[in-house]
Amino acid sequence: MEIAVDERGYYGEFGGAFIPEMLYPNVEELKRRYLSIMEEPDFQRRFRQLLRDYVGRPSPLYLAERLSNHYGATIYLKREDLNHTGAHKINNTIGQILLAQKLGKTRIIAETGAGQHGVATATVCALMGLQCIVYMGAVDIQRQAPNVARMRMLGAEVRPATSGSQTLKDATNEAIRDWINHPEETHYIIGSVVGPHPYPDMVARFQSVISEEMKWQLLEHTGNSDPDLVIACVGGGSNAAGAFYHYLNTPAVRLVAVEAAGKGIHSGHSAATSVLGTKGVIHGSRTLLMQTDDGQIIEPYSISAGLDYPGIGPMHAHLIKTGRAEAVSITDDEALNAAFSLTRTEGIIPALETAHALAALDKLSFKKTDIMVVCLSGRGDKDLAAYIEYLDSHGL
Amino acid sequence: MDFNHNRIRQLFDRKKENILNIYFTAGFPRLDDTGDIITALGDAGVDLIEIGMPYSDPLADGPTIQQSGQVALRNGMTLPLLFEQIAAVRSKTDLPLILMGYFNQVMQYGETAFFEKCAEIGIDGLIIPDLPLVEYKASYRDTIESLGLGFSFLITPQTSTERIRMVDELSRGFIYMVSNAAITGAKADITRLQIDYFDRIKGMRLSNPRLIGFGISSFKTFSTACEYANGAIIGSAFIKALESSNGHLSDAVAGFVAGIKNEHGEQQTQSFDPLKN
Repeated sequence: MEIAVDERGYYGEFGGAFIPEMLYPNVEELKRRYLSIMEEPDFQRRFRQLLRDYVGRPSPLYLAERLSNHYGATIYLKREDLNHTGAHKINNTIGQILLAQKLGKTRIIAETGAGQHGVATATVCALMGLQCIVYMGAVDIQRQAPNVARMRMLGAEVRPATSGSQTLKDATNEAIRDWINHPEETHYIIGSVVGPHPYPDMVARFQSVISEEMKWQLLEHTGNSDPDLVIACVGGGSNAAGAFYHYLNTPAVRLVAVEAAGKGIHSGHSAATSVLGTKGVIHGSRTLLMQTDDGQIIEPYSISAGLDYPGIGPMHAHLIKTGRAEAVSITDDEALNAAFSLTRTEGIIPALETAHALAALDKLSFKKTDIMVVCLSGRGDKDLAAYIEYLDSHGL
Repeated sequence: MDFNHNRIRQLFDRKKENILNIYFTAGFPRLDDTGDIITALGDAGVDLIEIGMPYSDPLADGPTIQQSGQVALRNGMTLPLLFEQIAAVRSKTDLPLILMGYFNQVMQYGETAFFEKCAEIGIDGLIIPDLPLVEYKASYRDTIESLGLGFSFLITPQTSTERIRMVDELSRGFIYMVSNAAITGAKADITRLQIDYFDRIKGMRLSNPRLIGFGISSFKTFSTACEYANGAIIGSAFIKALESSNGHLSDAVAGFVAGIKNEHGEQQTQSFDPLKN
């Protein structure tokens, strides 16, 4: 059966649009228009041109030889870290800012965890001359200070979310409340494949350029456009959605979604939604989320601000529940180790989020002949403080 | 069950104007205040009571209601406990009681089990702002209506005429008119733009009564809302009054309601609490 969103906005039993009436006109307008706008030749021309000339796409598919030798298989890195602003997030913000212009919106809001999506949104707003407000958890503002500074330099206003655990979930709540209060002129650029339909599908389509390129790049490198495994980290799941997209209906390609286990899956300080999550509604979609028996959302934990989220995009919930994707959980320490390992074998400093995907290489079973692609979703400059602390404390 | 026996329906059959619906968050300020607040509201002469099920992530609510929910959860409020508290107070008041919460709470309890429990303990209606019309119609309407429960959908200044007709068809009890593009919380005053919207909806001659909510906080805003609808809903302003009640709950409730109903404590409106009539 083909894996795609249906007319009602569902992937199997996950998805939909569970939103208060105040958001209905905006979400309905998006739902009615996103596909036709995205298909307009003019839109496609501008989108593709900006991805090429501004973002620097295609991003390289790099054969990591020393990493491959270490693991005894062929490992490619899809270098989203080399995009302008340093992560995959900009693929989506370029798409959504063009869409917002078509919808006549003049004010842009966004949520951010690690700050990568916030920076990518502030960047496209600067590019288009639009007002930009980014909601960010107060805790994340502390631990991702370099990205806060970048957003401010780009002219965005960074507003702290001080409720709950003061992280990505709470930033998203605040962004949604802002949209409720400013429905007419504002477009909300959601940064992941979460939120009410059509966001998960729309963001996945904008990010699908990742696997679109992987297909022809792999064909050039290996003579076959399909790898044996695609590995990506999942908070909400946007880089994973982009890396999986063109392989969703090719069952021979194993899809691996890597979650943050924080201090251990059952430690009480975790964000491993596929293991700990049950069916519920978060941020407008029916999906898997971490919650109490009484339906209260549990505060997640991860060292990685981008994975510190108690839910998962509805597409990923569907892929994992149906067995199409495998979920792997990686602790803080495993991710930190993997970050140093990549840095010292390949000379690439990955983002903490991405380090989780790399750490999964230690957990997966694969054959020597397997060809794997790890989506190197972002670069690690923003995480240097955490890395240096680890370096000093572990005598590295 | 026949909806004609529903207390919300009976209230609106009997009273067409100046209906005062007060919202409070269950478990705030103290875990066991639910019953006392309901009785005090009845004594003070409100017409309808909306009980909020505290939620960790209340998207449609402003800071005041959010914070009251956090306190209530810290106090230990849960759905099973709230159901016990409501069941206990139901014999002491005949006012219509409405439960307001978010769909995730209902899902986690089990949708059908939740609706049946509500009917069993004497809840009269539900407001679940993030349960959309289309999902309600496809999956829950039949159960809710067969249990005799009311269900109120929201409309806003941006809701299309066609959609308002659909809201009118699916709502039972009353329609919740959001006064403004906003989350809950007090606004200073009612603007000309809002009046135009109230007028437009009044002119549609909907089959359900209408209550205006969001930003209603005083005698003045309540009176204005009552000119254009059957009544109004007050939440955040009441929560603030509870916040500063310092343990004198019934006095705080009586004082607050009197201040909403009378400008200077003079124009006493008739109480329609059937237990007292």
